[in-house]
Amino acid sequence: MFHRKALPLLPVLTVLVMLGPLVAGLWGTILPAFGHLPSAGLTGPNASGFMALLDWPGFGKSVQLSVVTGFASTLIALAIVMLVVAGWSGTRAFTVLERLLSPLLSVPHAAAAFGLAFLIAPSGWLSRLFSPWLTGWERPPDLLILNDSFGLTMIAGLVIKEVPFLLLMTLAALGQAQSTQSRGVAAALGYGLVTGWLKTVFPRVYAQIKLPVYVVLAYSMSVVDVAIILGPNTPSTLSVQIVRWMADPDIAMRVQAASAALVQLALVIGALLLWRLGERAVAAFGHRWVMSGRRGAADRAVAGLALGAGMTAALAVLLGLVVLLVWSFAGFWGFPDALPQAFTFKSWMRHSMGVLDALWETAVIAVPVTLAALMLTIGCLEAEYRYGLRLSQRGIWVLYLPLLMPQTAFLPGLQTFMLSLGADVGRVPVMLAHLVFVLPYVFLSLADPFRAWDSRYGTTAAALSASPAGVLWRVRLPMLLRPILTAVAVGLAVSVGQYLATLLIGGGRVQTLTTEAVALSSGGDRRAIGVYGLMQTGAALMPFALALMIPALLWRNRRGLRHG
Amino acid sequence: MAKGLTLKNVVIRKDGHTLVAVDHHIAPGEVLTLMGPSGSGKSTLLSYITGTLAPAFGAEGRVLLDGTDVTDTAPHKRHIGILFQDDLLFPHLSVGANLAFGLAPGGSRAERTEKVAEALKDVGLDGYADRDPATLSGGQKARVALVRMLLSEPSALLLDEAFSRLDAERRAQVRNFVFDRAKAKNLPVLMVTHDADDAEAAGGHVISLANATPHDVAP
Repeated sequence: MFHRKALPLLPVLTVLVMLGPLVAGLWGTILPAFGHLPSAGLTGPNASGFMALLDWPGFGKSVQLSVVTGFASTLIALAIVMLVVAGWSGTRAFTVLERLLSPLLSVPHAAAAFGLAFLIAPSGWLSRLFSPWLTGWERPPDLLILNDSFGLTMIAGLVIKEVPFLLLMTLAALGQAQSTQSRGVAAALGYGLVTGWLKTVFPRVYAQIKLPVYVVLAYSMSVVDVAIILGPNTPSTLSVQIVRWMADPDIAMRVQAASAALVQLALVIGALLLWRLGERAVAAFGHRWVMSGRRGAADRAVAGLALGAGMTAALAVLLGLVVLLVWSFAGFWGFPDALPQAFTFKSWMRHSMGVLDALWETAVIAVPVTLAALMLTIGCLEAEYRYGLRLSQRGIWVLYLPLLMPQTAFLPGLQTFMLSLGADVGRVPVMLAHLVFVLPYVFLSLADPFRAWDSRYGTTAAALSASPAGVLWRVRLPMLLRPILTAVAVGLAVSVGQYLATLLIGGGRVQTLTTEAVALSSGGDRRAIGVYGLMQTGAALMPFALALMIPALLWRNRRGLRHG
Repeated sequence: MAKGLTLKNVVIRKDGHTLVAVDHHIAPGEVLTLMGPSGSGKSTLLSYITGTLAPAFGAEGRVLLDGTDVTDTAPHKRHIGILFQDDLLFPHLSVGANLAFGLAPGGSRAERTEKVAEALKDVGLDGYADRDPATLSGGQKARVALVRMLLSEPSALLLDEAFSRLDAERRAQVRNFVFDRAKAKNLPVLMVTHDADDAEAAGGHVISLANATPHDVAP
């Protein structure tokens, strides 16, 4: 690793690893989208796929659903985070939210969605807690809460997971925005807490978190696992429909799927452009608002509402995990009992084989992928340090591209592309697909601490005759152990949570905790879902706990690294 | 072969204008002081000498160590020691391991442990080998940092505002300690500082860089 000749090549390799599958996937989408799929005996180009798509009666509705759920969940999550930070940063309530951040972040989307479903379904925990004494319900009410046709529950499921993500990004940005000073000045000029923050700090913070916000928008528009669990199915969102068509035994349906994938890509691009227009409008409006000199009237109420929403989002995830836990140990549990009549290990015993197999498969994929991502990341950062090969602003976009690209737009194409090469679906291609998503997150997580390292340590070590490799291995990496382990935990969590990449590139034959859990959603076996959902959460959460514990143990006698 | 550190027509530039220009020979045991306000490019000269100059700067001139041109040598092969205003003891290593990191390779494990223990004893830190560097006082850290550098057997020593973080009392103490050790080892020393006391204590030539327009007042 990091041979002198190899090091400068690592940034190139990193870009190839991230963009190669994207390009291959788009190529594998574009050809069949225009009716060219030789493996199915179809030759193009023609518009048959698009025609079939337009003829599908659910087309307009599913497009609308994708757009509405995407915009609504992004806007709501962003508003909650901005207003909570505006009204509460520095207070005790805020510290509570901050503490909850890491565990909330590491809960996989699917597990959070299941937890939410088990809470708010007509026969869910909330309904049981208030029945029959308040509601009078002796049987679950006939309400379409889950999979409602407006996608409201799906929006809620996305919001509770995007709030912690955007909050983390905002906290990182706050440090550079000198928010405390600006806020003090605004307060001294008589501005309300929220108004002052929005007028002074928000523009700077938003500029920093812009790309993560775009990621949230693109992700929410094209997410599959959350949409399967919580979203409507008459019809589903366009992305779910693409996956269904890809799974159709009639291979000609892939033409329609590929056409829909291109439509999905166009939708996301269009939405991002629209969002950017919206940014301009908000900026213009904000400018007039600043010029008006209004000090803010309803600041307290707004801040209170935002905190309520933020806490509700956090609570929904945490209570969701609790209800998964209760279901996984539940014996008979009739409605409207608040708790099961008995607790038993039966569900865990019954699923132990399956869940352990899935855990093994999950680990066998996640560990090598994360280590490869870590190696490439450290290689890139070290090359940057030694040779000044610094990522430009455009390089940042390269990092974000795999996260901005809707998964349904290129993963089906990647599968088609690999099949056309004769490469079998299976574990190794799944790993390569995971790497596309794991690498950016590992890089983004490690880059700041790696660059912030005081390079005079390097100069000192070199003056002590340590070679560049020696400086890296004996000084820099040990000093950065904590952020490195955190980056590893982030990478593992991202890999554990991958649904679509595992399903499509694995051809349905690679069964991880996530694919198994999502597959259970149609059956409605709550005990099984509880077991798999918890294992999935545990697999994502455990590395974070280790990332905290290992440095604390290893450096227990090294005060200088305790807060590093 | 001229023993010592020679700076042959060294000029450091940024954005076309000259920050520092030095042409000087520092004999073994001698101290050359570079005085100037912060931002005058003093530390930049040191990073040119150690081989770690940032690409944003332009530089020309040669650096000779005991007559050998080291201008194009890799930083870790130059045998030029440097001390900064912070001790920069590696926080993940014990005091002893920090010294062992510096100690030139060779010898059995027992011999090396012994050498480290002796070096600590020598500076009044007997039995400190297993300590966490973060638990040492400022003066103790400064001593460990110097000993670590000397154990690597450098052929020259650079001091980059090395005493500016210490309080007035300890400052003189540590400074004398460093100069004495360097003299005992017969090292050429180049010190950059903004403190006139430092320059006086060094007793050698002084080059002043006033207001970032350097002029060499040395003979």
